[in-house]
Amino acid sequence: MTHDQSFTNQKFKLVGSRVNRPDGVDKVTGRAKYGADASAAGQLVALFLRSPHAHAKIKKLDTSRAEKLAGVKAVITSADLPDHTNGAQLDVLENCMARDRVLYDGHAVAAVAAIDKETAKKALKLIKVSYEKLPHVTDVDEAMKPGAPLVREDIFTRGIDPKPTEPSNVCKVSTFGHGDIETGFDEADVIIEKSYKTEQTHQGYIEPHACLASVGPDGNGELWVTTQGHYTYRTVCAALLGMDMAKLKVTSSEIGGGFGGKTHVWIEPIALALSRKANRPVKAVMTRDEVFKASGPTCSTSMDIKIGAKKDGTITAGSAHIRYQDGAFRGQWGQLGAMTAFACYDLKNVQSVGYDVLVNRPKVAAYRAPSAPMAAFGVESTMDLVADAIGMDPIDLRIKNAAKEGTRASYGPTYGPIGIGPTLEAAKNHPHMRAKLKKNQGRGMACGFWFNFGGQTCTDINISADGTVNLTLGTVDVGGSRASMSLICAEELGIPYDQVKANVADTSSLGHNDTTEGSRGTFSSGMATIFAAREAIEEMKERAAQTWDIPVEEVEWVEGEARAIGQKNDNLPPLTLKDIAARAAATGGPIAGHNEVVADGAGVSFASHICDVEVDPETGGTRIIRYTVIQDAGKAINPDYVEGQFQGGAAQGIGWALNEEYIYGDDGRLQNAGFLDYRIPVCSDLPFIDTEILEIPNPNHPYGIRGVGETSIVPPLAAIGNAVSNAAGVRMTHVPMSPPRILQAIEEAEA
Amino acid sequence: MQVNLTGSLRSCANGAEVVEIDACTIRELVSKLLETFPEMEEQMELGIAVSIDGEIYRDSPSKKLPVGSEIFILPRLQGG
Repeated sequence: MTHDQSFTNQKFKLVGSRVNRPDGVDKVTGRAKYGADASAAGQLVALFLRSPHAHAKIKKLDTSRAEKLAGVKAVITSADLPDHTNGAQLDVLENCMARDRVLYDGHAVAAVAAIDKETAKKALKLIKVSYEKLPHVTDVDEAMKPGAPLVREDIFTRGIDPKPTEPSNVCKVSTFGHGDIETGFDEADVIIEKSYKTEQTHQGYIEPHACLASVGPDGNGELWVTTQGHYTYRTVCAALLGMDMAKLKVTSSEIGGGFGGKTHVWIEPIALALSRKANRPVKAVMTRDEVFKASGPTCSTSMDIKIGAKKDGTITAGSAHIRYQDGAFRGQWGQLGAMTAFACYDLKNVQSVGYDVLVNRPKVAAYRAPSAPMAAFGVESTMDLVADAIGMDPIDLRIKNAAKEGTRASYGPTYGPIGIGPTLEAAKNHPHMRAKLKKNQGRGMACGFWFNFGGQTCTDINISADGTVNLTLGTVDVGGSRASMSLICAEELGIPYDQVKANVADTSSLGHNDTTEGSRGTFSSGMATIFAAREAIEEMKERAAQTWDIPVEEVEWVEGEARAIGQKNDNLPPLTLKDIAARAAATGGPIAGHNEVVADGAGVSFASHICDVEVDPETGGTRIIRYTVIQDAGKAINPDYVEGQFQGGAAQGIGWALNEEYIYGDDGRLQNAGFLDYRIPVCSDLPFIDTEILEIPNPNHPYGIRGVGETSIVPPLAAIGNAVSNAAGVRMTHVPMSPPRILQAIEEAEA
Repeated sequence: MQVNLTGSLRSCANGAEVVEIDACTIRELVSKLLETFPEMEEQMELGIAVSIDGEIYRDSPSKKLPVGSEIFILPRLQGG
């Protein structure tokens, strides 16, 4: 059934209220089950042998001694993993297990399943690998230079004309924009050009990748796994292993953070392959070292930004050349960065060119609004420089040039109703902007954009005989969506919030749902929940009509009960949902609502952040004094969790801006694969992060919902960069702005 | 109708930013683009999205393209 997705400005009783999350007690008492918390009788332990080299040919791989070790039940190498995808997903398979060569430090070359961890460790030591080291490159700019070591010999740059005949580490060049930037720069009174770099960071989820895999000789399999998308894991694992999708049941555990890093498969196909070979359940849990080296961090980048403006603040042209490394596997991260770079602004002349570049580092995965924070760092830093050059308040410069409804976005389409202007105005009027700063303190602000998207979604509602309701969802709950979906379900049905029990179904129990990414969970499953509830209501109206023996057209649903309409029906007392549920067996059986939808039309999202930082000029150390997030949510279903998303994005952005960094040695090996040497923020590093929710309805959702999970990580690098630059008196162009980098910048400026 | 190309797709259409294609749905649009510009196949396989009057569609091949609407072919988005 097709439903109208349009925003209706419905008045709410429950939506918008602050409720406890249904998974809260389990999580604070330790009862919640995460990826590593499942066990099965007879389970084996899986361990991986990983490459110590950044780039090498595998000349010989001998597993015979390991296979003979008592207690070892299976050993897997690429020889056990033929390509069942006709090349379509060979790169995914190759990342899970190296084939003829290793492409980064930590690339898996073999895996063992044994009766216990000690035996598995011994087995790994018995596997003999003979490598021939190859030249490597880990820096994005170095990888683009002529003569750089080639990460792959079969990559020819796409997006340039004529088509190249020589392989390159640049896998794609993507150009976006409109107008004529040369004319625009000619019209400018001031032109600022600056280059920036950002280092590679990890999403830093506390829970490592973990799964319990079981495949029987009949081809049926089960996978319990921490993931943002168990349907996607099923699709990919089944394809890689040549299994029937319907015979692989994937259950998503509670998730201890993902932020994009759990949208791809890593150890899971190998755990399934080991189980199939050993005919025993296999449990695999990554160590933190493995998570850093062999899951999917975000890109390191390098970029050149140029902005021209008139003295009155009108931007006449903007251009960006941004170079993102994708790791050793083709990605689209530079392309996404190019699309988002100038998306906040209404520009007549704009061009952004994104370069996707291969290096000998792990495959890059999404990280919350992937690619946008780095591009925003370059553009928003340059915006402050432009403001300074023309003597204008940086926030006024942004307001003057902010995109609005009808603006042609820098990546192409024309915007509908959007919230960048209102978030900037709210930032300008926020008390934070008027707070006094002390010595060595600086204030910065920046804005940011993310697309948001929807996708395939499927939801069930089942009404129990006692009138309580099971809401079955297929989008993994990464940020409190079970609470939001329960609120929506209760709102539609007209029952209390605590009468709804939301569950995330396994892949055998509900139709396909796309991965929870792109800030889609509440937007998409919210839409499907509304439509499923309305379907259940139609059924309950039928049951009431039957009970009363009147036409269904004479029944309406109001505040959780069926009411008979019309004077002739005055003698019929309302039937509540509980009444109807209690009589279900006698009026036609189970009462349910169902919806499957491709939830397109997600509303784009904008945020503005303000940050105060104190810099110690003697050490280069920094302290965040105050931080404020202002973002358009469309409609905040549960404001507590919307604020939590805003705060979480800002906290991760603070870590990224100030400390977090993959550090590679000259040997191409990662030097700091652990939380002792890779420093994410702890509570004492962070102030209370203030939030302000704006609600500019998305016209393509019945409740006006936009996604809120990602945009909050876009402005922090730039907002903090501007604050640190103002505090230190020197422009910071390299993230993270760690103490040594700040100190060096101060000393260079003084020299 | 006028179809705007973005990103690396432009190089498959001799650098053109806008091409003329007659199509009623997204499915027909993609099919005719591939007929006209076979080099787009590899990039189409990596995924695209279609923006119709500012609304981005990723998985709606039956979506109608209203006459006179603004059409952009965009890369398929990924998120975190």
